[in-house]
Parts: sequence; C-alpha cells; structure tokens
Amino acid sequence: MNSETENIKKLIINQSLELDCGKIIKNFPLAYETYGALNKSKSNAILAFHALTGDQFVTNINPITKREGWWTTAVGPGKAIDTNKYFVICANVLGGCMGSYGPKEINPETNKLFATTFPVITIRDMVKAQKYLLDHLGIKKLLAVTGGSMGGMQVLQFVSLYPEMAHSAIPIACSASHSAQNIALNELGRQAIMADPNWEKENSTPDKGLAVARMAAHITYLSKQGLQEKFGRKLQDKGSLKFSFDADFQIESYLRYQGSTFVDRFDANSYLYITRAMDYFDLNKQFNGNLSLAFKNTKSKFCVISFSSDWLYPTIENKEIVIALNACGANVGFVEINSDKGHDSFLLDVPEFLKTISEFLNSTYNEINNEKRI
Amino acid sequence: MKKEFEVISQIIQNNKRVLDIGCGDGTLMEYLKVNQQNDVRGLEPEKNLVQKCISKGLSVIEGDAEKELIQFPEKSFDYVVLSQTLQAFLRPEEVLNQLLRIGKQTIVSIPNFGYWKVRLHLLFKGTMPITKNLPNEWYNTPNLHMCTIQDFVNFCNKKSIKINKSMCLTNEKISEITKGNMQYKNIFSQLGIFLIQ
Repeated sequence: MNSETENIKKLIINQSLELDCGKIIKNFPLAYETYGALNKSKSNAILAFHALTGDQFVTNINPITKREGWWTTAVGPGKAIDTNKYFVICANVLGGCMGSYGPKEINPETNKLFATTFPVITIRDMVKAQKYLLDHLGIKKLLAVTGGSMGGMQVLQFVSLYPEMAHSAIPIACSASHSAQNIALNELGRQAIMADPNWEKENSTPDKGLAVARMAAHITYLSKQGLQEKFGRKLQDKGSLKFSFDADFQIESYLRYQGSTFVDRFDANSYLYITRAMDYFDLNKQFNGNLSLAFKNTKSKFCVISFSSDWLYPTIENKEIVIALNACGANVGFVEINSDKGHDSFLLDVPEFLKTISEFLNSTYNEINNEKRI
Repeated sequence: MKKEFEVISQIIQNNKRVLDIGCGDGTLMEYLKVNQQNDVRGLEPEKNLVQKCISKGLSVIEGDAEKELIQFPEKSFDYVVLSQTLQAFLRPEEVLNQLLRIGKQTIVSIPNFGYWKVRLHLLFKGTMPITKNLPNEWYNTPNLHMCTIQDFVNFCNKKSIKINKSMCLTNEKISEITKGNMQYKNIFSQLGIFLIQ
C-alpha cells in the first residue's frame, strides 16, 4: 500500500479471483467511492465504470489529486445522474493507481512495488473484481451500469457476465472489440513510456514518456474540428514565430500542459497495464465471433450512445453493439449525439447527451417502481 | 392520438412484439406499451425524435430503415408497423420485403394518391397535387413513390403478398375495403391501412 492512498475507502477482497492470465489473486484491495444514499429496497444503485485514466472519485473534488472528479458534469445532486435520487458506486479498476490492486502497490511477497511484475489484467478481471464489491454492499440488482470508453467496455462485459444484475445498461462511446487503430494508438503510448530511460529504474518515474503518451492520447480524444476551432494556428505569445522548438503554437503549449499535469496523478505502469487490458478486450472473440451470444441472456434495457465527432470509438463501432443486441431480441435504444468535442464528449457538458442519460435513467427508475407497486 | 393510430392499435393484439418503423416521437409506441402491454421497439432517423422517445422510456434506435432493417432477425416481431412512409423510400419494394421478413405480420399505411381531391387538383390545375395529407410542393416533398390504394392492392397481388385486412380512412371515418367497394374507396379515402404477410 502506498502512503498517499492510505486513507481512502477500500474493500479487501478475501475470495480468490482467477485472472484471465491464469494467475490467482486473493486478499487484494479494491478502492471505491459512493455518492448519494442507497434506498431501503436497494433499487437505486448505479455502478459507474471509469475510463483509462479515471478513478473512483466520480464527482466532487478528488481528495488525492485535488482536482474535480472525472464525471462531475454528469454526476451529483440535481445532475443527470442525480445523487439525490440514485446511489452511485465507482471502483478504481484492477491495475489502477488510486488504491486498488495495481502495479503501484507493494507486493507483500517481496515488499517492493509490483511495477512490471504485476500480472496482466483484462477488462473481464476488472469487472469480476467489482462484482465482489456489489456483493459486499448487498446489492443484488443495479438500476443501471454505465460508463464511457473503457467504462463502456466494462458495461458490456458486466451485462455479459451477469445478465440479470442490471435493470439497464448505458454503454457510451465504446466498442465491443478494440480495433487495430485503438491498439496502435495504445502501443504508441506504451512505447513512449518504455523509451524513457527512467522507466523501470528504482526511485524514479518515466515522467517524460508518460507525458508524451498522454499528449498523443489527448489528441485522439478531441476532434479535428474541435481542435481547429479552439486553437487553430494561434500563437502562444502574441508576437511572431520564434524560430525555435519552444511551444510557439497554443496547441503545443496546451498538450505539454496536459502531459505535465498528468504525470502528477497517474502511474506509468498502470498506464501500461490498463491500455493492455483495453487492447485485449474482444467480446466477439469471447463468444466465438458471435457478439449477440454475449447478450443472449440479458434482461437489461440498453441505451447505447455515441458521438458524431468521436473517431476513436466511432458511431459505427457503437452500432455493432446495437446490431448484436437487436439480433438477439434485446431491449435496445440507440442515439448518436451531435457534438464537435470528439471522444471526450462523454466527459464534457454536452446538454443533449446529459439530457438523454437523465431521462433514460428516470424512465427506467419509474418503470421499476411502478412494477413494484403492482 | 390520430385516427390512423387508433386503427393500427386495434389491429395489434395485446402482449405482442411490435417494431414501429419511423416511429416519430413515439406516440403510437407509447400507446401500445401502456394500453396493450405490447413489447415495442422503434426505428427513427431523426435524432431529436429519437431522444424524445428515449426520454419517454421507449427503446428506439436512430437509423434509416433502408439500411438498418437487415440487422433484425427473421420473424422477430409479431407486427412491424410502417405508417405513411413507404412512399418516401428510395427503394420501397426492398423495404417492404424486409418488413415482411422481420414481421410475422406487417401493417402498412399509405396516403392514397387516388383520392378525388388529388385527382381533381392535377386534372384542373395541372400542377402537382397539394392536399392536407400531401402538404409539400413537388420540389420539396419527401414522397418519391406515390401510389393509390388500388396500386398497393395490385402490387400485393402481383407479389403474392397476402392481405389479411384492408382498412381505409375517409374523412376520419374508419371502414373496411372490400372487393365490391374498392373503386369507391380508391376515390374517396385519404388513407389506406393494410395488414399483410
């Protein structure tokens, strides 16, 4: 356990979990956070899954990074996922660096950081670990599971593993199978980290490599149009070009800033492990190439959401999920939200998107409660 | 709810699976779900209408019927509904084939181009007809393949499509189309509604 994350909420999972890589783990920590109150019938719980660089601190100020939670736009009192009404749960994924079992933790067997001796984990491993948390909280059926990007992949994996555990599922801006382009971009980030001479050196961190990885990734989260409108060719200082390799352009300076602040809050090895988990994700393959078999027992009502300018997990990939769900007769709605903010749209204030989530949850909640009254 | 939807909902039995193609804001879907306990799905190309449906708790997919119907398995719905949209497709015959494939039965309604006001408009004014049911000019109408009630019946016969029920709306009044009154209905009805398979 590292000192920074000592005081955050954690569940030590006593059961053993066999990872996809074959390794069996037990007595491992899963850090989590909850928002709002669980009602008496335990029917208002929503499990939110975070994306690559997220953590359990969905909303409010993250006590460790002192920055706003990753989904503050959507989650909170009176917001789309209203914590006055719903009980929101979020856990730091396996392999993460915010207190859950990951490469930044100390290996009790060696008393050293796991670093790259940590086992390779998968999206399925992450989801299975979070099921233990639900058991611990005594929640038999969630109102909803939701998440964007890698969070959406966990949504799909969750409903596939536990077809009766969620009344509804909202996978956002994701894919059932990581594309060659997705893998390529992740590999670029990993290579940047591994090329840093400080990587795997004791008492040092590959900050430069991780920053470059973040810069590259950050570009993929935005759209060309969004970048052009925000930055264009604007210069950082009002003057003219400096004829050097300083950050002349605003976009350069912006990316450098994104890279440098990221290294303060994220562990480079976690970045390696989590991107690997994303790359290994292929729900098609888990069901021998027939994605609809992944959902054949599902009882959940789905609302699949994509964004028009997302080129990392484009609409067409989200639609493959919809097609698979339709093919097995599942209850599915789908909408592509117009936004020029790229993949990051799901984290930003995009009113049509937030409205859709809010109203979908609301109608699901009402349906469940009406059923109960009858 | 408009008269046409009343007719359609009366044709649909309770507790059945229904797919509404071009479901708009989900008025018919909602009625079927609430009053007839139907398990309903919708397909709608307009984003804002899809969002409206989702907010009502209706499972609607954003998409174009000419591209999206292939994904639905054979006979996966008891009824597929297509309300006044057949004439707006680029390839209505192909869409109709898909509907017949997906649905055990299909309900299709068509604005009747044989309606007397339409006939007179073209005959006397010599311009493309504009009526209450066909409000657009020739240059901005979404309707590409207009037909009459007689045309649709002829088409079904030619393609060996079985017509289980044929109804029409004449000034908001519902009546049945029979062999005997076909000529008459083809002149005086604004809308034809068919249950086919």
